[in-house]
Amino acid sequence: MEQISPRIGLFVTCLVDLMRPSVGFAALRLLERAGAEVVVPPEQTCCGQPAYNSGDVEDARAIAKTVIEAFEGFDVVVAPSGSCTGMIVEHYAKLFENDPTWKARADNLSGRTQELTQFLAQHLDLNEISAQFDGSVTYHDSCAGLRELGIKDQPRKLLATVDGLVLKEMDDIESCCGFGGLFSIKYPDVSGAIVDKKASNVEAAETDLLSGGDLGCLMNVAGKLKRRGSNVRVYHIAEILAGMTDVPALGEDEA
Amino acid sequence: MTHEPHCHDFQKGAADALNNDQLQELLNRTLKNGFQKKRLNGMARLPEYDQLRDQARDLKNHILDHLDAYLERFELEVQKAGGHMHWAEDGDQARAIIGDICKKVGAKTVTKGKSMIAEEIDLNDYLAEQGIEPIETDLGEYIIQLRNELPSHIIAPAFHLSKNQVAETFREHHQHLDADRSLEEPTTLLNEARKELRDRFLKADVGITGANFLVAETGTAMIVTNEGNGDLTQCLPPVHIALTSIDKVVPTLEDATLLLRLLARTATGQEQSVYNTFFTGPKREGDLDGPDEFHIVLLDNGRTELLGSEFRDILRCIRCGACINHCPVYGVTSGHAYGWVYPGPMGSVLTPFFVGIEEAHLLPSASTFCGRCQDVCPVRIPLPDLLRNWRNRAFAVGKPGGAQRLALKVWAMLAQRPGLYHVTARFKIWAMKSLAGKRGHFKWFIGAGGWTKARDLPAPQGGTFQSRYQKGER
Repeated sequence: MEQISPRIGLFVTCLVDLMRPSVGFAALRLLERAGAEVVVPPEQTCCGQPAYNSGDVEDARAIAKTVIEAFEGFDVVVAPSGSCTGMIVEHYAKLFENDPTWKARADNLSGRTQELTQFLAQHLDLNEISAQFDGSVTYHDSCAGLRELGIKDQPRKLLATVDGLVLKEMDDIESCCGFGGLFSIKYPDVSGAIVDKKASNVEAAETDLLSGGDLGCLMNVAGKLKRRGSNVRVYHIAEILAGMTDVPALGEDEA
Repeated sequence: MTHEPHCHDFQKGAADALNNDQLQELLNRTLKNGFQKKRLNGMARLPEYDQLRDQARDLKNHILDHLDAYLERFELEVQKAGGHMHWAEDGDQARAIIGDICKKVGAKTVTKGKSMIAEEIDLNDYLAEQGIEPIETDLGEYIIQLRNELPSHIIAPAFHLSKNQVAETFREHHQHLDADRSLEEPTTLLNEARKELRDRFLKADVGITGANFLVAETGTAMIVTNEGNGDLTQCLPPVHIALTSIDKVVPTLEDATLLLRLLARTATGQEQSVYNTFFTGPKREGDLDGPDEFHIVLLDNGRTELLGSEFRDILRCIRCGACINHCPVYGVTSGHAYGWVYPGPMGSVLTPFFVGIEEAHLLPSASTFCGRCQDVCPVRIPLPDLLRNWRNRAFAVGKPGGAQRLALKVWAMLAQRPGLYHVTARFKIWAMKSLAGKRGHFKWFIGAGGWTKARDLPAPQGGTFQSRYQKGER
C-alpha cells in the first residue's frame, strides 16, 4: 500500500450520472476512506466514446478536450468504469497525433487516470473497507477493463475483504456481455443473443448477486436477467464495497 | 454461388441466423468447446507461444517492409525450378490467366484444394462459364459446392452445417448410391465423399490449390491440410496452379516453420496440421510423381494499396481463424450474415476494402470492441483499431446517417457544453423517472424498442448524480 493523500478528481461517467448516482456516491465514500480529498468537477460530461466509436473523430476530439480541461490540476483522476477509463488512458492521445500541445495534455491525463478498483486495490488499506454482505457474488470482467487496463485481480482482492461475501466465478468468464455501448442500440438483436448467453452463465453460477465495474454492461445483463425472470440481483462493485446494497438493485422496483 | 456482396443486409443475415435454432445450437457447441478449447490446449503445450507471437509479428512486419524484394526473389527461384510465374493485378487478370492455362491443355475438369483467394475472385463461376468443371476436394468446400453456398468460416467452410444436413445433401446429390444407406456416422460421410472424389482426382486435367506460405529463398509454395486433398490436387493432374496472394511470402523455410507452429496451434490446437506439403517447380527427371507444369498465380487485388494505408497490419494475417472463433458477434450470427467471403473481425477489416465501405459499412460497426480478437491473434493484429479506422472512413462518407447520426451529433454537442448538458440531463432523467415511478425497469421505452425487445431497460434511480451532489448529498 502506498501512503498518499492526493487530490482526486472523480469522473462519475455519464451513465452513473444519469442512471445510477448511488455508484458515484459509493465511489466518493471509498475514495475519501482512502484518505483522499475528492472533488467532482461540474465541467465533466461524457468521455466521448459514443462519438469516438462511431467514427466521429472530430467530435470525439472536442469532447476529449472538455474532459482534459475539466480534470487539469488533479493528482489523480478516478472513474468507476473500465471503458471510460480505457478511453482516456488508451485512446485520448491517439486523437491528437497531429497536435503536440493537446497530445501532451492527453498523455498527462492518461498518466494520472485510474479505474476505481485499480486505485482502491493500490491505495486503500484493505482493512478499511469493513463492508459486509452475507451472500454469494459472481463478477463480470468488462472487456475494456480486462483487456485495455488488465483489471482482473483488483476487484477480486477488494471483494475478498467484504465480510460474509463468497465469490463464485461463472463459466466463460472472459466473454463479452454484448453491450458494446451503441452496439446494443444499433444491433439490438445480436446484442440480445450475446447477453442471453452471459445471463445464463450468471444464473448457472447460482449466486445472490452479479457485480462488475461497468454500469453499461451491468444494465445490459441486469435487463436480460429481469427479462428471464431471474432472481439474481445486480450491483456495481463500488456499491458493495461501500456497503450500499440497501438501495434497490439495478432494474429492481422500489419497495 | 455468385459472390455478389450483400454486406448491406447484415441485419437481415444476422436475424436469419438468430432465428435458426439448429445453427445456434451448433455455434454454441462448436466454438467454445471446440475451437476455443483446442487453442488453449495447443498453447498450453507450447510455453514459448507468446514469444513466438512476438517473433511472428516482427517477421511479418519485416516482410511487409521489404515485400518487393522478397517477391522478386521468389519469382526468380520459381523460374529457376522450372515453374511459371504470373502476376495478377486484380481478379479479372487472375481469372484470365487461369482460364488461359486451362484452355491451353484443353482442360475439362479442374480439382481444387481449399483456397480463400479462389473465393475472393469467384473462380468457380468463371471456370464454369468457360465450360470447365471445378471440383472442390476439401470436404467442407465439397459440401458447400453441392449446396451452392459460400463458406461460413475461413478454415471450416461448412461450419454452419450439422451432420444431418450434410447427410441430406449427400443423399440429394449422390443419387447413384443406395437410397437406404446409413449416413449416421461422420466417418461414413467422410468415406462417401472420399469415394466420390477419388475418381475425380485421377481424371482431373488441372489441379488448383491455394498456398499458405511462399518461400522466397527456394521458390517453394506450401499448403497445410488435414485431409490430404491438397496433395492429391497438386500432384496427380498434369498441371498444378497455385493461386495465392502477395502477402503470403516469407524469406526462408525457417520463417515458414515459425508461422506454421503458430498457425496450426492457434487454428485447431494441433501441433501440426496433418499434411504440410511443400512444392517446388514441376516434376523433375526421376521424380515419382508431381505435375508436368507448375504455375504460380500471384494476386495483388489491391493489397499493395493496403500496404500503404492505415490497414497495413491486416496483411500480417495468416488466416488461422482465431479472431472469428472468439468473436461474440460471429458466435451468434455465423459467417453468412457478413455477406461476402471473409467473415468475423478479419473479414470486417478486409471486406470493406474489397467491396467498398458504402456496401460494407455495417461490418466494422458489428463489433462490441471487446478486444478478444486482438488478444487471440497469433501475429498480434490490432483488429479493433483497424475496425475503428473503417468506422472513421464510414462516418466521413455519411454512415451512419439519418436519426442515428442526428442523435450522435446532439449528444456530442451537449457533451461539449457541460452547463447545457446538466440541465438537459436533469430534465431527461426527471421524465424517465416519472414514467417509471417505483418500477425498476421498463418493458418498453420510446426510442429503445430494439433494446427492450431482447431485455428490460433498467430505470434511472432518480435525479442525476451532479444535481444531487450539488445539493450537498454525499
